Amino acid sequence: MGEVIVVTSGKGGVGKTTTSANLGAGLASAGSRVCLIDADIGLRNLDVVMGLENRIVYDLVDVTSGNCSFRKALIKDKRFDNLFLMPAAQTKDKTAVNPAQMEALCSEIKDDFDYVLIDCPAGIEQGFRNAIAGADQAVVVTTPEVSAVRDADRIIGLLEKEDLREPKLIVNRMRHQMVKHGDMMSIDDIIEILAIDLLGVVPEDELVVVSTNRGEMVVLNNNSKSGQAYRNIVRRIRGEDVPMMNLEDSGLFDKIRRIIGLK
Amino acid sequence: MLDFINRIFGRESSSSKNVAKERLRLVLVHDRAGVSPELLESLKADLINVISNYMEIDKDGLEVSLDSSENQVALVANIPVKKMKRKFQTESA
Repeated sequence: MGEVIVVTSGKGGVGKTTTSANLGAGLASAGSRVCLIDADIGLRNLDVVMGLENRIVYDLVDVTSGNCSFRKALIKDKRFDNLFLMPAAQTKDKTAVNPAQMEALCSEIKDDFDYVLIDCPAGIEQGFRNAIAGADQAVVVTTPEVSAVRDADRIIGLLEKEDLREPKLIVNRMRHQMVKHGDMMSIDDIIEILAIDLLGVVPEDELVVVSTNRGEMVVLNNNSKSGQAYRNIVRRIRGEDVPMMNLEDSGLFDKIRRIIGLK
Repeated sequence: MLDFINRIFGRESSSSKNVAKERLRLVLVHDRAGVSPELLESLKADLINVISNYMEIDKDGLEVSLDSSENQVALVANIPVKKMKRKFQTESA
């Protein structure tokens, strides 16, 4: 039986959908059977981030309301046979699904997969309640900004209240140069404030935008730092012990070292 | 310019990340405790009522706040005492 992991953040725009897509593709490329569920009903986006927007026939609400089986609604990824997407409904709103339905759906789906990743909508209302209802574990995404960290703190509190203990943190869009100059909170600062375990750090990377433009996932790009960061997170989720990435380089010297394989 | 000079001399306290951290620390104390300013005001009024039974206090100088240190949140009240009530002293003696 698989594990259901919800990707959440509280604040919008910190990279939940990008993180979900990359972890899903990363886990699939590592050989796991993965199902991604877009729980952001009314504002579906995971399909377009993954480049699967033209293949949607049925959606999450069709499944929870009994119009079709979950297998019929799942869209197979173009790149991996073991990666599937359950798209959100676009014409309904978050009240079209309730937490009990989501819980039932998750427990049904997880029999067929190793990992079920749920892309949670922003906010703390019913969309959030739905997304976490069937989850076994939670990943909280934040960026090194006061607003995102504050919302992450609130979400961690709510997750713990719902018995999703020990959520793990991903810090997204880290800018090492700014941290070095004392103009951005460091990983240690954020961990100290939030007091939770770190799952990974993803550096700010233009390649994320470039990949998303094309409906591709940066995790599959072997020459990108953010891709490397996502691959490390994937390995940690799969139970490997991977040290945190050194974000310090990006200088010419490091590039050369990487090319000749010293890194 | 001052920022730049401070940075050269390694005065980290002026860096914006420390400002961010300090502001977050304060706002999270309130977020986590679920305490609103109204609730604090109401608590303050009740404290004044109770303490006034025993001693005369400076109501305007009274300060109540939540403070955080080492993963703990403490309710800190600074209550200036003007004088003890004699009646209570004699009764208890």
